[in-house]
Amino acid sequence: MPCRARWSRCSPGATLAARAGGGSAGDARILNTALGAELEAIAAYQLGAESKLLQKPALDLALAFQGHHKEHAELLAKTVERLGGKPVAAKAKYDFPAGQLKSQADVLRFAAQLEQGAVSACLGAVPLFDNRDLSKAAASILGDEAMHWAVLRHVLGEPPVPVAFVS
Amino acid sequence: MRCARAAVLAAALALWAGAHAAAPAAAARRGEQVYARCAACHALAFDRVGPHHCGLFGRKAGSVPGFDYSAAMKHAKIVWNETTLDDFLADPMKAVPGTTMTYAGVPDARDRRDLIAYLEQAGRSGACKGAR
Repeated sequence: MPCRARWSRCSPGATLAARAGGGSAGDARILNTALGAELEAIAAYQLGAESKLLQKPALDLALAFQGHHKEHAELLAKTVERLGGKPVAAKAKYDFPAGQLKSQADVLRFAAQLEQGAVSACLGAVPLFDNRDLSKAAASILGDEAMHWAVLRHVLGEPPVPVAFVS
Repeated sequence: MRCARAAVLAAALALWAGAHAAAPAAAARRGEQVYARCAACHALAFDRVGPHHCGLFGRKAGSVPGFDYSAAMKHAKIVWNETTLDDFLADPMKAVPGTTMTYAGVPDARDRRDLIAYLEQAGRSGACKGAR
């Protein structure tokens, strides 16, 4: 079967759920916080997609990034369950500043801000896991979200990689 | 001669006062950059994965109405101020074991000071006008 870049087949997440037995309740808590952020990111991209402010190719980009976040969320939920935890569910309603989004650039800047924060959140989670496989998976998600951030900045006409280190 | 001395003294005082007035503003500007790290989960005026930050100073930890806190945070018995924030931000999971703010923290003391300066300034800004 060709690799379709799904976590469950060919990413660091491929063995994640299987090895997650070595994790702890603390690891499940970290993953659940990450899952909550991924679910919010999915909703944020949905807001952008439905706003009618995004034109192709930015719309395609947003939907592709939303797809990545869905894959992250799917894997995180499965892993939380494997660790004996209860995955958090998506909120019925998210409180986004929709009224402040008036243009495509506003939507992309909002998404870039969320992605930048996601990179920092992942970086702050990587050293916390008891199970090193979970640190590796978090680092893999970090890489994906850093690419999202860079591409969004590029589309906005900003330097795509503004610094040598993320924090 | 006296006038010249007085003028020099006045200029020096003005420079000193200006520098001290500018210092918190500069710290807050740097702190805004640090706050970008928080943007995965927090916003100033509305709740996200984490609670909003408007009205943070003087607020009891775990007390934003309607926000689903961890039991650990609800029972933390912390009131947020410069000192408690500095302690918490240095290592959230050590400061409040069981918190769902599963983040390694802001290890650099100056980054924390700047971040706290930004949060204080933002709390007084228009961004927080009307926020709870």
